[in-house]
Amino acid sequence: MSGSAENPQYAPAANDVRACASEWLERRVSEDWSNNDQAELDAWLAESVTHKVAYMRVSAAWDKADRLVVLHNAPFRPASVSPRKGTFSASFRIAVALIALSAIGIGAPQYFSKPDGETYATGVGGRKTITLVDGTRIELNTATALQIVLKGDQRNVVLDKGEAFFQVTHDASRPFTVTVGNHRITDLGTEFVVRRDASDVRVSLVEGRAQFERTDSATASKPAVLLPGDVVVATANTFTVTRKPVRELNETLAWRRGALIFFHTSLAEAAEEINRYNKQKVVIADTDAARLQINGTFPANDVRLFGRVAHVVLGVNVENRNDEVVISR
Amino acid sequence: MVDSPDTRRPGAGPPPSGVAMSASDAEVWFIREVLPLEAALMQFLRRSWRNQNDIDDLCQDIYARVFEAASERIPQPTKPFVFATARNLLIDRARREHIVSFEAVADLDALGVAIDEPGPDRTIIAREELRRLQGALERLPKPYRDALLMKKVEGLSRKEIAQRMGVDENAVKHNIANAMYALADFVYGDRADLGGAP
Repeated sequence: MSGSAENPQYAPAANDVRACASEWLERRVSEDWSNNDQAELDAWLAESVTHKVAYMRVSAAWDKADRLVVLHNAPFRPASVSPRKGTFSASFRIAVALIALSAIGIGAPQYFSKPDGETYATGVGGRKTITLVDGTRIELNTATALQIVLKGDQRNVVLDKGEAFFQVTHDASRPFTVTVGNHRITDLGTEFVVRRDASDVRVSLVEGRAQFERTDSATASKPAVLLPGDVVVATANTFTVTRKPVRELNETLAWRRGALIFFHTSLAEAAEEINRYNKQKVVIADTDAARLQINGTFPANDVRLFGRVAHVVLGVNVENRNDEVVISR
Repeated sequence: MVDSPDTRRPGAGPPPSGVAMSASDAEVWFIREVLPLEAALMQFLRRSWRNQNDIDDLCQDIYARVFEAASERIPQPTKPFVFATARNLLIDRARREHIVSFEAVADLDALGVAIDEPGPDRTIIAREELRRLQGALERLPKPYRDALLMKKVEGLSRKEIAQRMGVDENAVKHNIANAMYALADFVYGDRADLGGAP
């Protein structure tokens, strides 16, 4: 190391100075910071430029983290009925077993079970959790409608629109299925999310196992067994399975705590996503802006914050109107 | 890009947290223009200096020299100044430590450090930083991350954090200080890209 006896000006090692600077900063932001402490810190900083730059560096990083962390958590809380221990371990917890399924389109809703079950719905920006007697949890995302049909040994959910997360209490003698248009997902011991928008179906399995199949016999294809990371994209006539990192899939479920996570997402896609949750819409005014990429975790229900961050991070112009936030380059 | 997105203006993002002391021009310059060069600087040092254990120290010493110079007058443009300082410091160190073979530093230009290039666009810096922050948060060991978030987001006291985490207050201090240390490395250093970001 550099702190050799002949070269005392290189001692102490940077690691030590940086560690000291971190300790100072920890004290500085703690609740019992006093004027005396400040005087001590000032003295330490005055001792050498090395102290000073180390402190500036760690402080600057800490300050920067405001931006991310504010976005990361503050505005949202788990909406669920059964709060888990520890806000943060819940927020960052890797969900145990999930399938995400998004049904975008598939024409008009078709009902494969008679709609004699209970209907549940949420409005734009809403979220709701239902717990069935068997312990199965269903979390409805924004603008979602589904029916739950429990008949004999059948447990079926028909997703009419929107998106829902299912945490299924597996019971081989009482199969649990979700029907979306002409597709069906059968639980094989798992949790999953179903989403239905306008023109295709997306099923993502994070952990556990499930079966995905067409329900219309005319073009009956072989069922696909989905493993963690599998993403099915299905249209009315075809479906393909690809694999994604599980972490990425978990990010698509951030809505369960009221958040949206974007990673190298174009502004256009991000806007489309956040617009699902809000009456006030983000409008991207030009293609230059639409192509910009954005990363970060955003509260799903705060369009203006989204605009502000786009402005700060991407340097785009943002104009707040009554029912729109217009973003341009 | 006409605007500098970092420019603080009303409503343009969260307010500064007030951790920094009242900042001089040199500090503002250092934080905005020098620290974002750290990843490139570290890479340069790693290529140019044989003993990899010295790299953090070298970086720290370069910062000290750069900041001292800036306290007199802010050097512009920033990037060539920082790298020239780095080269000079390496040469001094090499002489002092009687390192004979020192072609790397002598031949700075051949190293592909395009010091004439302007620094990265501030938009790119800001975006990159956000990406790094995100990565940093994910990669922090869990106790550090939990403590950091409880501190930063919830504004909990050491005592409250200690209760939540089921540890004593000293452990909380330690976790937060370590989180700060690691965060700075992730945000500015060249370690952010060593991990498995997709």
